[in-house]
Amino acid sequence: MNSISLLVILSGYLAVLFYIAYWAEKKGNSKWTNNPYIYTFSLAVYCTAWTYYGSIGVAADSGLSYLPIYLGPIIIAPSWILILKKIIRISRVNKISSIADFISLRYGNSRFLGAIVTIICLTGIIPYIALQLKAIAETFHVVTKTEIRSFIFDDTTTYVAIALALFASYYGTRYVDASEKRKGIVTAVALESVLKLVFFVIIGVYVTFFVFDGFDDIYQKASLLEHFKEKNSIGGLPQAINWFLLCVLSMFAIFLLPRQFQVGVIENNRENHINTAVWLFPLYLLLFNIFVYPIAWGGNILFEGQEVNSDAYSLLIPQLFNNKTLTVLVFLGGFSAAISMIVVSSIGLSTMVTNNILIPYNLLGKLKSDESISSKSILNSRKIGIFSLIILSYFIYRFFGLDYNLVSIGMVAFVIISQLAPAFFGALFWRRGSRLGAIYSIIVGFIVCIYTLLVPYAIGITNSESTFISDGFMGYELLKPFQLFGLDYLQPVPHALFWSMLFNCVTYFAVSVSFKGNYRERNYAEMFVDINKYITNHENAFIWKGTAYRNDIEKVLIRFLGIERTKRAMNIFNVKYNVDINQELADARLIKFSENLLTGHIGTASARILISSVVKEEKITLPEVLKILEESKENIIINKKLTETSNELKEITAKLQNANISLMAKDKQKDEFLDTVTHELRTPITAIRAASEILHDDDEIPDELKKQFLQNIISESDRLNRLIDKILDLEKFETGKQTIHPAKNNLVETIEKSIEPLQQLIKNKNISIYIESKSKVNAYYDEDRIFQVITNLVSNAIKFCPENEGLITIQIVDKENFIQTSVIDNGKGINSNDFEAIFDKFYQSTNQNIKKPVGSGLGLAICKQIIEHHKGKIWVEPSIKGACIVFTLPKNKNTENS
Amino acid sequence: MKKILIVDDEPNIVMSLEYTFKKNNYEVFIARDGQEALDILKTNYPDVIILDVMMPMVDGYATLEQIRKDPNLQHTKVMFLSAKNKESDIEKGMSLGADVYMTKPFSIKKVVEQVEELLS
Repeated sequence: MNSISLLVILSGYLAVLFYIAYWAEKKGNSKWTNNPYIYTFSLAVYCTAWTYYGSIGVAADSGLSYLPIYLGPIIIAPSWILILKKIIRISRVNKISSIADFISLRYGNSRFLGAIVTIICLTGIIPYIALQLKAIAETFHVVTKTEIRSFIFDDTTTYVAIALALFASYYGTRYVDASEKRKGIVTAVALESVLKLVFFVIIGVYVTFFVFDGFDDIYQKASLLEHFKEKNSIGGLPQAINWFLLCVLSMFAIFLLPRQFQVGVIENNRENHINTAVWLFPLYLLLFNIFVYPIAWGGNILFEGQEVNSDAYSLLIPQLFNNKTLTVLVFLGGFSAAISMIVVSSIGLSTMVTNNILIPYNLLGKLKSDESISSKSILNSRKIGIFSLIILSYFIYRFFGLDYNLVSIGMVAFVIISQLAPAFFGALFWRRGSRLGAIYSIIVGFIVCIYTLLVPYAIGITNSESTFISDGFMGYELLKPFQLFGLDYLQPVPHALFWSMLFNCVTYFAVSVSFKGNYRERNYAEMFVDINKYITNHENAFIWKGTAYRNDIEKVLIRFLGIERTKRAMNIFNVKYNVDINQELADARLIKFSENLLTGHIGTASARILISSVVKEEKITLPEVLKILEESKENIIINKKLTETSNELKEITAKLQNANISLMAKDKQKDEFLDTVTHELRTPITAIRAASEILHDDDEIPDELKKQFLQNIISESDRLNRLIDKILDLEKFETGKQTIHPAKNNLVETIEKSIEPLQQLIKNKNISIYIESKSKVNAYYDEDRIFQVITNLVSNAIKFCPENEGLITIQIVDKENFIQTSVIDNGKGINSNDFEAIFDKFYQSTNQNIKKPVGSGLGLAICKQIIEHHKGKIWVEPSIKGACIVFTLPKNKNTENS
Repeated sequence: MKKILIVDDEPNIVMSLEYTFKKNNYEVFIARDGQEALDILKTNYPDVIILDVMMPMVDGYATLEQIRKDPNLQHTKVMFLSAKNKESDIEKGMSLGADVYMTKPFSIKKVVEQVEELLS
């Protein structure tokens, strides 16, 4: 394919992206641009050309070691729910627009610290951007089969870089307030993330299933190649430590890389988008990695013995089979990956450069004087910043060549950025972390990093004949940059990470602990670490003492925000804190509020400098700050107590309501009880009345029938009487009028006595009955009452036992503190839903059918009362066949049993 | 000869009813609960049914519902004879399609009269 047609395709593609960005910017907050999927896919800016081409190169040349860079983020992703949410809250509340702002604000709004962080980021990221441009340029030449032109303006890729720089500087600076959301860019980046994944999967499927016969085929053919085995094993313990350190490195990167901070924190619209990102982002990375291995080894097989750049396998393979469409698609995917990274990184960096270096150090004109600096000049400086960053990177690529492969330069960037980790994570969780600690830790870590990584790489690039790497600095063996202090089993990148982090962390902790920070640091420490406490009224947490006039502050605001926005903002402030409009003096809350308003425009440090130029601040001592913080904590505690009290009130109300409900339920139960009692009483009366009527009216009734009717009258009268007895019994127990007279008795004897009157019934139904027990088991109970219980339980058992095959077992078990008796039959058993209900009086099954109670419907209710009056328990034990009812009795006078 | 089905789980009550209706020249069928009644009704079509409400397994209400679903039994006269004598109980029985609702305890004479009236 010739350069012209590829350029046309590229321009078309860029035009589409421009249009998408334009459209999304116009849509504003619609569900198309403000949703968790756009957010998650924009996070995938993590996958750069390095992922797209470089992983394949690594997989082809050194096997599995491309994985840790993706494992780190996958492992750490779940923690986003806590950590990332916290970072987002802090940034939103304080209008933070970059990681430099974030770190410098926490450590007392330190101008110097912000500048250092910016420089670290520039050092790490500019070569990294250069690398992306290199990837675009080289793949462009691969696709067009052209050579790189030595004269820079003859090379088409130069113009691609310029187009990119224009795009980024135009869309990256739509608002002066850098903490505003850039919906256009983010949507375009999200779209590119989807495209690069789709194109990558397409080439993966092509290589795996069309060029080869699936994964197995590639594996089999690849396993015949040289070094296959050593490349595809993790190796021993040293290698595992390398892996571990690389995972840690990429965990840092996913938080700290300016572009990740940009899309993950600054551009976050809603906190709950994280909930989706937590699973979707790891899934994205996994999908990306499925085909890395097949493409890499497919390339190794196809180009065995040839001198080709393994980074470009995904382009060379379709080219080998003359598949132009696919080649272009893959190129566009890689192009997407590269430009997303370039655009987002350059926006982040240029904001940092402007807000953390140019403005606070008066490089754009005097900050404090009236006219010299304006919103327009800020915007322009950012535009120029983005443009020149990209062009600068392009020149770095052109003139330094960057002969390393994609991965190693990316890794160097990661290690440099990681130097921010202790100060950054310390800012979130450790109140004592101080400004000096942060500054020294970053500098020390960076120096170690230069020594162990940058210098050796620079030597590599310039191909000088230095013996620095092989013999160490000045020939000292222990100072060899890749084997510092004799640590010789780590690869250069993990090695540099290890030493720089060690020095970095130790410095951070040691300096922070030794030198207390000033009151401002301590104030922000509190606000960062306890952000959830201050999320709604964070201005309250800001401590400031001095004199300031609202008028002066408003003037400053108007300079950057304009009259209208300033008025609106002041209105919001007055309403929020119920402040009188005519009040002349400003308080701490207004100071913080105004600083926030400016922060988005000019960064935290400048905002602070600017505001302090128009107010007269009194110094506060650290103890004073601590005291004020303590007081505000007390307030919080009082608030908490109030909430607790009101919660208690709520609980009590709920209890009263419940009591009312249960009273009503009891009323209803009483009604139901009366209903059932009358029904039960009427039944025998009905039988008696009917029989009597016949006997009275009918003279011709045969003698035998007459006798039968009379017999019915007698038995129904008895039934009536028994029923009345039971009702009274139960009533007495329930109202507490019934007393029991327990004494020491032999339970076995009582049981034998109770069964005796039932023997006739047992014989009639041909049932076997056994007592399983020692011959004498003493317990403490009222014998008449327990007699009643056993009679009842055994009668029930007899009733439910099948004729001729019936079996009733009574087990008595001594359970140390109490005696447990079980009555078991082999009848139809009890439905498990009814286990508790059967002890209710006139129990009726829960289903809608009105079931007739068996027997009087009062027997088990009385048993329960009797047992409970003995302080025992009665329940149904689940059993496979038949019913098993268990009750307990105390052994001695005073033992409770359970 | 007229046919009557008596459905009640109290044997002593059934005995009185059975004796009286036999004496009045009815052919008498007896069921001890709803399910038994429905079984009998599969093959026999009595002229009148006396139904108790509170019975084990299938109660009187549910039995009547089943009876009215059978096209052959839609016009069979049904009398509830129950100790449940609340107005709501009676209303429920009538709304399910009973022809008359008598409460227990009852006068046998009145029951017979009521049945005769239903059939005339």
